[in-house]
Amino acid sequence: MAQGRMRLTAGLSAAFAVVTVAGMLESAGPARISGSPFGYVTPALAADNGDLFAPIAEVLRHPRCMNCHPRDDRPRQGEDRHPHQQNVVRGDDGLGFTNMRCTSCHREENNAYSAVPGAPTWHLAPLSMGWQGLNNADLCAALKDEKRNGGRNVAALVEHMDKDKLVLWGWEPGGKRAPVSTPHDQFVKQLKDWAAADAPCPKS
Amino acid sequence: MSISVNINGEKRKLDAAPDTPLLWVLRDELGLTGTKYGCGAALCGACSVHLDGEVVRSCQIQAQDVEGRTVTTIEGADDKVAQAVKAAWNKLDVAQCGYCQSGQIMSAIGLLSQNAKPTNDDIDKAMDGNVCRCATYHRIRAAIHEAAKSV
Repeated sequence: MAQGRMRLTAGLSAAFAVVTVAGMLESAGPARISGSPFGYVTPALAADNGDLFAPIAEVLRHPRCMNCHPRDDRPRQGEDRHPHQQNVVRGDDGLGFTNMRCTSCHREENNAYSAVPGAPTWHLAPLSMGWQGLNNADLCAALKDEKRNGGRNVAALVEHMDKDKLVLWGWEPGGKRAPVSTPHDQFVKQLKDWAAADAPCPKS
Repeated sequence: MSISVNINGEKRKLDAAPDTPLLWVLRDELGLTGTKYGCGAALCGACSVHLDGEVVRSCQIQAQDVEGRTVTTIEGADDKVAQAVKAAWNKLDVAQCGYCQSGQIMSAIGLLSQNAKPTNDDIDKAMDGNVCRCATYHRIRAAIHEAAKSV
């Protein structure tokens, strides 16, 4: 009986300590994840299971990003990711087929009259950067693989997603298109937290 | 905004608001009405012209985009490829109502200028942006093959 009370007391103390530490971490702004008992994990814990990548994957899967990262030759459009109208295909250089070049219609900025979207260097990501349908583990691996990602190390990936004007278009897509739901500054912080933890990938 | 542009081989100075669609500059300012308005949203290809030799939808290109560049419209398309395409269009009597045909012809010239012997698949991919409500697609494809014989 006494041993049972001691075990209960020790258990409650441990739980209180976890809650207290968790509360302190929350005020410091650790990464939030779904499915965690407290709604977040410490960077060290996240590094163990790759959860730091989960909010990044959520952004990469947004139609504004994923529509131009297909695993076939057809760019996608819209929130439902339907194939690009007019049977647009990637062509040899990711810039479209003869007569149907990206720049035949897309300018370096959104068109306020027609709502045709635009940004500098509008193009389709190369096939090696096709992400559609990948789970988080495969998406993370594809993102980090310098043989597939255009030779970018993790720092260059963060820089790319922080500064590249075509990437930034996802937050100001114009027309009736929904912007990426995670604010860009929050996304960059998620990227930097992930990079600081040595860019861990989840197992699945 | 003053814009210098070469249109159909002639240097022109335009006075237009920077965001004026090239289509309206061509039609309203310069009277080049061979280029047609179809949708205004890059969906139909009726307004196709060449910008520095590439096919573009003039409803999407803005006046500020053409500074120092070369624009060719249906009225100015007369090189060897253009002549072959126009001859083939006449020979096979491609046009039905004709409204889309200047855009179709500009795209056909664009294709044959880069690919002198296109396959059916090449033609389909290159011409997919040009819609024809009369469904003259089979004659368009045949005419491109016909023009290819003399390019």
